[in-house]
Amino acid sequence: MINMGKRTDIKKIMLIGSGPIVIGQACEFDYSGSQACKALREEGYTVVLVNSNPATIMTDPDMADRTYLEPLVPEILAKIIERERPDALLPTLGGQTALNLTVQLTEAGILEKYGVEVIGANYDAIRKAEDRALFKETVEKTGLKVPASGAAYNLDDALDIAGRLGFPLIIRPGYTLGGTGGSVAYNIQEFKELADAGLKLSPVSEILVEQSVLGWKEYELEVMRDRKGNAVVICSIENFDPMGVHTGDSITVAPVQTLTDREYQAMRSAAIRIMEEIGVETGGSNIQFAVNPLDGEMAVIEMNPRVSRSSALASKATGFPIAKIAAKLAVGYTLDEIPNDITRKTPACFEPAIDYCVVKIPKFNFEKFPLSEPYLTISMKSVGEVMSIGRTFREALNKALRSLEEKFSGFEDILLPLETSEGISKPGPNRLFYIKKGFNEGFSIDEIAVISKIDRWFLYNLKEIADCEAEIKKYRGRKIPHAVLKKAKEYGFSDRQIAVLTGKKDEKEVRMLREKYGIAAGYKLVDTCAGEFEAFTPYYYSTYE
Amino acid sequence: MEAHLVIEDGTVFKGESFGASGESCGELIFNTSMTGYQEILYDPSYKGQIVVMTYPLIGNYGVTEEDVESGKVHAEGFVVKERSKIYSSWRAVKPLDVLLYEHGVTGIEGIDTRRLTVMLREKGAVKAGIFTGRNNAKKMVEKVKKSRDIAGVDLVKEVVGNNPYFWSKEGSRKVVVLDCGVKYNTLRLLSERGMKVLVMPAGTPWQDVVKEKPDGILVSNGPGDPAAVPYVVKNLANLIERYPVFGICFGIQLIAQVFGGKTYKLKFGHHGANHPVKDLNTGRIYITVQNHSFCVDMDTLDKNDIETTHINLNDNTLEGIAHKKFPVFAVQFHPEHAPGPPDAVYLFDRFRDMVELR
Repeated sequence: MINMGKRTDIKKIMLIGSGPIVIGQACEFDYSGSQACKALREEGYTVVLVNSNPATIMTDPDMADRTYLEPLVPEILAKIIERERPDALLPTLGGQTALNLTVQLTEAGILEKYGVEVIGANYDAIRKAEDRALFKETVEKTGLKVPASGAAYNLDDALDIAGRLGFPLIIRPGYTLGGTGGSVAYNIQEFKELADAGLKLSPVSEILVEQSVLGWKEYELEVMRDRKGNAVVICSIENFDPMGVHTGDSITVAPVQTLTDREYQAMRSAAIRIMEEIGVETGGSNIQFAVNPLDGEMAVIEMNPRVSRSSALASKATGFPIAKIAAKLAVGYTLDEIPNDITRKTPACFEPAIDYCVVKIPKFNFEKFPLSEPYLTISMKSVGEVMSIGRTFREALNKALRSLEEKFSGFEDILLPLETSEGISKPGPNRLFYIKKGFNEGFSIDEIAVISKIDRWFLYNLKEIADCEAEIKKYRGRKIPHAVLKKAKEYGFSDRQIAVLTGKKDEKEVRMLREKYGIAAGYKLVDTCAGEFEAFTPYYYSTYE
Repeated sequence: MEAHLVIEDGTVFKGESFGASGESCGELIFNTSMTGYQEILYDPSYKGQIVVMTYPLIGNYGVTEEDVESGKVHAEGFVVKERSKIYSSWRAVKPLDVLLYEHGVTGIEGIDTRRLTVMLREKGAVKAGIFTGRNNAKKMVEKVKKSRDIAGVDLVKEVVGNNPYFWSKEGSRKVVVLDCGVKYNTLRLLSERGMKVLVMPAGTPWQDVVKEKPDGILVSNGPGDPAAVPYVVKNLANLIERYPVFGICFGIQLIAQVFGGKTYKLKFGHHGANHPVKDLNTGRIYITVQNHSFCVDMDTLDKNDIETTHINLNDNTLEGIAHKKFPVFAVQFHPEHAPGPPDAVYLFDRFRDMVELR
């Protein structure tokens, strides 16, 4: 096929939104859907939007050509398709809801009946990514591994598989929505109970019993691909919390921090191969990996053949507009035909180079869910997230903690109910602060690493913040020297925090001292290219340097 | 210990020393790779250059035994925002500062590398020096100004040994690698493809190469100015019509000269692992690893003999050529990657096929 830019054989495109805000599917899909509406209309396509949630930007009157505020069920969508007769359906920007509906519409023969082409990721690709057995087969075809597992339809089968794989084990009930009922069993008693519950939860009485990679390092890559097979990795993400905590509930960091280039490239190549093998024709995908910290053994955990929660993070973290580009790729453009809006001179066919560190911290609201335990597991519990940018992990982390609006001023001492080692080993929303408490009580980095499985690199950086705090405290009632104040600001301490630690009247006093010393925030550009090219988008972060 | 990074225009950056102490001067360039500092340090193409990493956190995973790309660290100096005081990787054997110390290379941290990068982007590559300990600013600037300019200097002879050696003796076909500063991964990729690999210094007289009866020749990457090694170009001119030839980076610049092409210096060069390159024959785009300050001027090549096969999509500079009559092809980027994406290793398969067809 010769280069020919966008498709002219399609005129009207239907877009499915993600419906109500639920845990795991929130405003990020409003963002991606809105971006897609804009991008498609910019190209002259007529956009038909369906979303049941009116409290979204994408359903504002001027976003799409036709907007349907209707229940997201196949019957209603079929009626809309009958009435609107779109040429194509783009399902990859409306979260899991849009993918599931596309599967249902295909299986019901609706799309075929009205001649609607699915663009972005088709039925087969969606099924290969979603169905655990198909996914395993597809991944293994590329020479990669998924954690060992087996499907069981009764308790005896399940016990057989458990005997083969050893504990701990992950139990995933089949065909439940969003991984509901997923659990971890550490011993045979727990396993019997959880497997039994899982079998009952599954409408087809099926559970997948999976080898646990709890404690392995967890990574995610955001990949984009065009119809010619060109693929680029937009962002690499490393989870602070090891496997066992849902990615949506993990503190995550971009780019990856503790992989050598050899391992990173192996992961990058694997991600691109999986995307090809799954058959995502165009757009973005998110692929998750686990890595054994003892020997580097790598396993593929899952893949989303669509723009995901992490894509929104990756877009903000790099300046690369994933949803917008995904929409343009879906209508036939190739990556080299789309300009990079930020540099204007270079194409979107590149991998962003970033020159800062990004930290995402999830936000929880356990008070509102009195029945859920305040522990983090493999099903997602967070209700939002904050992202911050700094020149170092320490700075970004402190900024993010302040942004949570939980009254934290940074990595600091707070009142905690649990015994320290329990709080460190059992992942909960306040694990960071238990680590702080651990440092205060004389736990070493290695001790904390052993019980939390958090990488020592992260822990060491946390310890550096704690040590800096101790240094600041020495100047209680005294003037803080230039070098100490500068370091504190570089580490992401706020003026108020420094005032409290040194017994100053208020933050103004610290600010005045800073001004006297000439320590002021600078603003650096998020430009996708680490300064290599001139940038035109006004997207800045503050830092002290 | 305190240290200073001094630019020839008189700008002085204050930082902290790590690695070896002392002073070193070189051309200051920036690299945008986020991983792979060890391979970068070992790359002989960085001879004569001080490398600034744009990614701020360097040293996180330490130094491994496997990611060695040549006999020693070649960069003259290393500039980072923050050197990690801890390293974490199951493969690491030592921290970054120990590597630099062992190889006598000066490092400096605590530098606003973003400010420095934007400066280099605007002014182009400059001469600079790293000085550890207390020093007089004026004297440091003087020393930097007096330090050598790499344009016109033969740096190949500073990184290449005197004797040929076999990298691997197994294989049905024999490839001679004309070593201008080769990276080990080039050799690994050749031997993985079942070729006997004999590495010969780039200055080896062509008659000696012919005596070895090679089935193909690879002209490697290397440091500095490609116009400063006419003796290698001359040698190559006598070999190029006899054997299949594959050139990488410095190699393309030499091969282009054999066919009358000229090279020129880029403003601040290409140094990174995210450069999009298009293969004009297939339309495919590869994310490539790049490390060059000089480039072949497309317009100086005879279109009747030489075909442009690859271009850089960022700035449309020349990235690959092929001869229309002889089995000769070359690329400006690094298909051997290490560090960086292995997207373009297909070129090693193409070379193997040429060698086997011969």
